[in-house]
Amino acid sequence: MSASDHLIPVVVSNVVEVNPIIKRFEFKHVNGDELPAFSGGAHIVVEMLDDGTKRKNPYSLMSSPFERDQYAISVRRDDTGRGGSKFMHEQVTPGMQMKISAPVNLFALDLRARKHLMIAGGIGITPFIAQMTQADKLGVPFELHYAARSASQAAYMDSLADRFGDHVSCYCDDQGESVDFETLLSSQPLGTHVYVCGPKGMIERVVETATSLGWPAAHVHFEHFLAPPVGEPFEVHLAKAGIDITVGAEQSLLEAVEASGTPINCMCRGGACGQCETVVVACDGEIMHNDHWLDEEQRAAKQRIMPCVSRFRGKRLELDL
Amino acid sequence: MTIQFKDETFRGDFTYANSPSNIPRFPFPFPEDEYMYSTNIEPHHAARAGSPFENAFDVDEHYVAEMKDRALVLAEDPGRCQALPHMETAGWDFLELVMVSKARDYPDLFKLTMDGDRWHWINKPLQIDDTFTFGDSSTLPCHPMEYIGRQVQGDHAILDQRDGNLWMDAGIITAQADWSLDFDIGMNFFEWHAPVPLAHELGVFQRALKFLLTLPQGQPSRRLNWTLTVNPRLDTSPENYPKWGPDKLTVTPENIGEKIHLRVELQTFWRLPRSNAILFPIRTYLMAMNEVVTQPKWARRLHRVMRDLRPELVDYKGLSRYHPILVEWLSQFDDGAPTSPGIFPD
Repeated sequence: MSASDHLIPVVVSNVVEVNPIIKRFEFKHVNGDELPAFSGGAHIVVEMLDDGTKRKNPYSLMSSPFERDQYAISVRRDDTGRGGSKFMHEQVTPGMQMKISAPVNLFALDLRARKHLMIAGGIGITPFIAQMTQADKLGVPFELHYAARSASQAAYMDSLADRFGDHVSCYCDDQGESVDFETLLSSQPLGTHVYVCGPKGMIERVVETATSLGWPAAHVHFEHFLAPPVGEPFEVHLAKAGIDITVGAEQSLLEAVEASGTPINCMCRGGACGQCETVVVACDGEIMHNDHWLDEEQRAAKQRIMPCVSRFRGKRLELDL
Repeated sequence: MTIQFKDETFRGDFTYANSPSNIPRFPFPFPEDEYMYSTNIEPHHAARAGSPFENAFDVDEHYVAEMKDRALVLAEDPGRCQALPHMETAGWDFLELVMVSKARDYPDLFKLTMDGDRWHWINKPLQIDDTFTFGDSSTLPCHPMEYIGRQVQGDHAILDQRDGNLWMDAGIITAQADWSLDFDIGMNFFEWHAPVPLAHELGVFQRALKFLLTLPQGQPSRRLNWTLTVNPRLDTSPENYPKWGPDKLTVTPENIGEKIHLRVELQTFWRLPRSNAILFPIRTYLMAMNEVVTQPKWARRLHRVMRDLRPELVDYKGLSRYHPILVEWLSQFDDGAPTSPGIFPD
């Protein structure tokens, strides 16, 4: 059973160009039904039928968790990526019918927190928009620190500052502004939880700073961008199915397995949830483990792979599928 | 079909019994002639009309009497219903799930009218007619979990999800098979399962936790668990052990058919939308041995399962005192004939 088996038919109700690299897409249920309720930090998987290729990308929900008549996501165009964001930007127009998964939350607020401290980099802002709406309604103190390259690229910076006032601090690289993590993290009240979503370097700095300041690990939450990387094509043998498949350069191993009609579990499609963990029967080569699920020991053993994001280079890879 | 709700007791004079028509819909827990732990989880799809798997939250002839028994337990021991402060949103999720499901599945018994956040709920069997504001606990007489927990059969635990684990942070537990919410509250998945023998070594809990952490919204799952109880007593809690523990001494070969009850838990697992917590309903079904053996397949199979049960499980499930005479009693119904696969009667 996989979340993708239960897709919700939606119609694109609106497409808004937020800035030259970011578009917002709004979805309504095709029948006008209410969409499932969700919690801040949740994402949906959007299915894209791109000229014969079926792509499924996860995007954070940024709409209010308390509004069920529509969902909104924001997509940053990545011309070096696998083509999902390019498809969304170039092909998706209002009125188009698409399919999405039910919401999944791998980046939920810890509801025990006395205060939520949110740190966003670039497009990493999206889950926090829904989370701030939730925290605001629950009456729990929160603070957002939002860094972007420039004011023109900082999606929603103005509207968030208008909406949440003093709760929001903005930083633009091109103005020489940056978040002082040391000061920020050393001046929080007890019971604060910190959440970070943004580029890898930012996440690492926040986690390192929090750790060095003695923050409990359970109070530090982060979400990596969930996008399967591109790479060289490679061949895989699926042992149970008894077939060989080719994974294209802009395709994930998971997508190639699905395209072959072979059953496989999955949910987040971003290396975080662990659902697609697959046993490696034979491996003569190198697995590029791009997930956040397997630990170092498991990676080195080459006996497990997360097909949603990981790739292979070498002579032979055989999976228990 | 209109359900005739029974007036019966689960304590004192123990008038609880299953109507003949209710017996075949019992969730008999053994799909094979032998039993061992497994992560026997399957999707909680609607299955088999008339079975307890037909609807999201099964309502049967014992509904009203069970809710009366719950009220008695809560009046004596309010600690059976506890929610840590961060679990209020989850309580509302639980309330919504039950009201929406019951109003859809049993429209002749339950009615829900929503006007934005203003909700009107009618529960005919319990004669409840309330209007409240969804999400505003001051408009209900108690915590939303307690409010709805008093109107739905089975115990309900709500598990918060964080740090890659599940935490027993809320529940309304009055019909338990010898475990205590008051003891387990705040524990994580491995802590509250620590007393279970054998299953840890089999890796059952690691697999189950991994499954539950990624349980998707709108795709509930279920499993069956079982034990035996002397007398049809719902409240077999550790807190009340002095009241029910001695019952085990009253079992004799002559009264075994009426005294010993097969106690089955239909456990379901639901991802809650706003809290991201997991709702864990534990719905208990009780059936006297005399009622079980009216179904020849169940009688044969129960004899074989009991006869071959591992000693660790006999001990853990608290059956040691009467296990030998039960096996002897059941043997009269087992002619050695093969049994058909699956749990439903022939």
